Amino acid sequence: MENNSKKGRRGLLPGIFRNQIFIPIAALVVLALFNFAADPSFFRISFGLNSAGNPVLSGYLITILDYGSELAILAIGMTLVTAASGGQDISVGAAIAIAGSVILRVLCGHNSRPEVLQTPIIVAFLVGCVVAMLFGAFNGVLVAYFRIQPMVATLILYTAGRSIAAWINNNELPIISQPSFGYFGGFIPGIPIPTPFFIAVGCMIVTFIVLKFTTLGLYTQSVGINESSSRLNGLNPAFIKFLSFVLLGLCVAVAGLIKVSRLSTINYSVIAKDIEMDAILAVALGGNALSGGKFNMASSILGAYVIQFLTTTLYKFNVQSDALPAYKAVVVIILVVMSAPTVREKLSSLGKKIRNHEAKEVSM
Amino acid sequence: MKKKLLSAALILALAVGAVGCGAQPAPEDSSADAAEAGASDGELIKVGIINNDPNESGYRTANDADMQAMFTEENGYDASFAYSLKNDEQIAAAQKFIQDEVDYLLLSAADTAGWDSVLQDAQDAGIQVILFDRTIDADESLYAASIVSDMDAEGQTAVDWLAEQGLDEYNIIHIQGVMGSAAQQGRTGALNAKVEAESNWNIVTQQTAEWNAEKAQQIVQSVIDAGTPFNVIYAENDDMAKGAVAALDAKGITHGVDGDVIIMGFDTNKWALQELVDGNWNYDGQCNPFQAKYIDEVIKTLEKDETPEEKVIVMEEKGFDAATITQEDVDNYGI
Repeated sequence: MENNSKKGRRGLLPGIFRNQIFIPIAALVVLALFNFAADPSFFRISFGLNSAGNPVLSGYLITILDYGSELAILAIGMTLVTAASGGQDISVGAAIAIAGSVILRVLCGHNSRPEVLQTPIIVAFLVGCVVAMLFGAFNGVLVAYFRIQPMVATLILYTAGRSIAAWINNNELPIISQPSFGYFGGFIPGIPIPTPFFIAVGCMIVTFIVLKFTTLGLYTQSVGINESSSRLNGLNPAFIKFLSFVLLGLCVAVAGLIKVSRLSTINYSVIAKDIEMDAILAVALGGNALSGGKFNMASSILGAYVIQFLTTTLYKFNVQSDALPAYKAVVVIILVVMSAPTVREKLSSLGKKIRNHEAKEVSM
Repeated sequence: MKKKLLSAALILALAVGAVGCGAQPAPEDSSADAAEAGASDGELIKVGIINNDPNESGYRTANDADMQAMFTEENGYDASFAYSLKNDEQIAAAQKFIQDEVDYLLLSAADTAGWDSVLQDAQDAGIQVILFDRTIDADESLYAASIVSDMDAEGQTAVDWLAEQGLDEYNIIHIQGVMGSAAQQGRTGALNAKVEAESNWNIVTQQTAEWNAEKAQQIVQSVIDAGTPFNVIYAENDDMAKGAVAALDAKGITHGVDGDVIIMGFDTNKWALQELVDGNWNYDGQCNPFQAKYIDEVIKTLEKDETPEEKVIVMEEKGFDAATITQEDVDNYGI
């Protein structure tokens, strides 16, 4: 009885601390407090009309929702890859270039400045999905069947991807003039919230349904935790790993659609540049072990928005944009150090001491 | 063990494949047959042209197309082309051209350093070297002429144009290219000097977007979110100007002719000039990729055994104003 009550009391607070999602929430709170202290106008949201005369919300928070969404979509796929393979895919930026290039190619046909779209957008998007999943499958085969380190395997596409993207469009610069194509990375007329957010929410709902009603999550984690014991239990670890890369390919295609829609065009060499680092950082910030195994999807997604929160904050304070990666690196260092086993042990022993101390005081 | 060997072999094969994809194929002998024909003819001037990969940028594509159009047999040339973004591959191509005994070696070097010995070889073989687009760190005696863009002048032309607009106050969002590049330094330098000199010129924000439209969009969005007033966007290339305009459009801020914000870009891409014609932008500065006709003149002069008047030829570069641009300009100067 006494034992029980003790557990209950202790379980509440440290329970939150020990929960994975605490890390991104804490980061979010720190960032929000910092901005609130520095300049409360950060949280101001204003309502206006865009140049097409449609109502839009604007403000830093809306910007975060907008740009964080494509990152959240990538974080979904990256979490699965990380959990299953214990490594990361560094080719997502290049793969976005490929997917975007394919989408534009299908929309434009042979003319790079079409007056009317050659194919419905949905068809172009589906073709983009197929191609991105094929490239994901390529990475997946290298990792799952040839057992190459994920970072090394995806380095191939990282190097070659942007050249492939340029080649798909003969290095022309397609520009889509039809306004409806811009809805995916902008606003749908009449809806003042950026469309990428809705797309991201859609992806999240699908992901959670899949994780809830299929064994994908369970299998992915068990493969990540112990490959050989999962094999002994009748799973096919290679296929699970392969599948995770294909699913990441799907996420890449969605993010690619948003990216090319933002400007209705593409620049092969810089589109989605360095986004792989942000996606990996989102997974890490979500408290997921980068060495694979257990994962928490909600935590990763929240991590993605926190990254964008950080980026937007840095932009607000006029930090030189080429210095942004350095600030993100500091976050990575803190995260990696905090999650290192030796530090964790120290922290938990420290926590125990404090609790013991408290317990003594209470009993006294 | 077998598995390991197999995977090692595969990695090797893939790595080679990746390198093959990453480095663009260098079609060195695109006109090898023409070279043979020319040699027997004897009247054609034999030139070896070493350029950067035409896929590098719109500028380079236009530059290469211009060279291809100028150095043809009809114009009295027998030209061979070599492309690479890597200095060592370019040097190897130069050595090959020297062995082929070309009359002129035209060079847009990937890197400024490392050219001394190969240019010395060229000189010893009696080959004249003409640099175009990019200059190199080598003794001036090693080349006959150098045809370049003056980035400082490009910036100055743009800033002068902006000063002529006679605004009461200039609140400028300055979006820079990759820091340290010649284009960024020239285009930034002129603006910085003017802002320092004039009391009513202010920089609202000065950020590098690294030639990236998306980054430019985020930078401008951040300024809009902060509510800081601005009336000029000075973007150091067209892509970034496009990104900046996308951010303005999303917030319903008017721009261009009769708009609240003046939009300035560089590089005169065709689509950018079209934006000028449509009145969405105000100014676009040229970075002239059409060096072929200057090179042609230099070669004609050298053929007469005269030396060109100037060793370093700075090309004429225009700035286009939305108020005066014509469709003809778009067709002639757009790249």
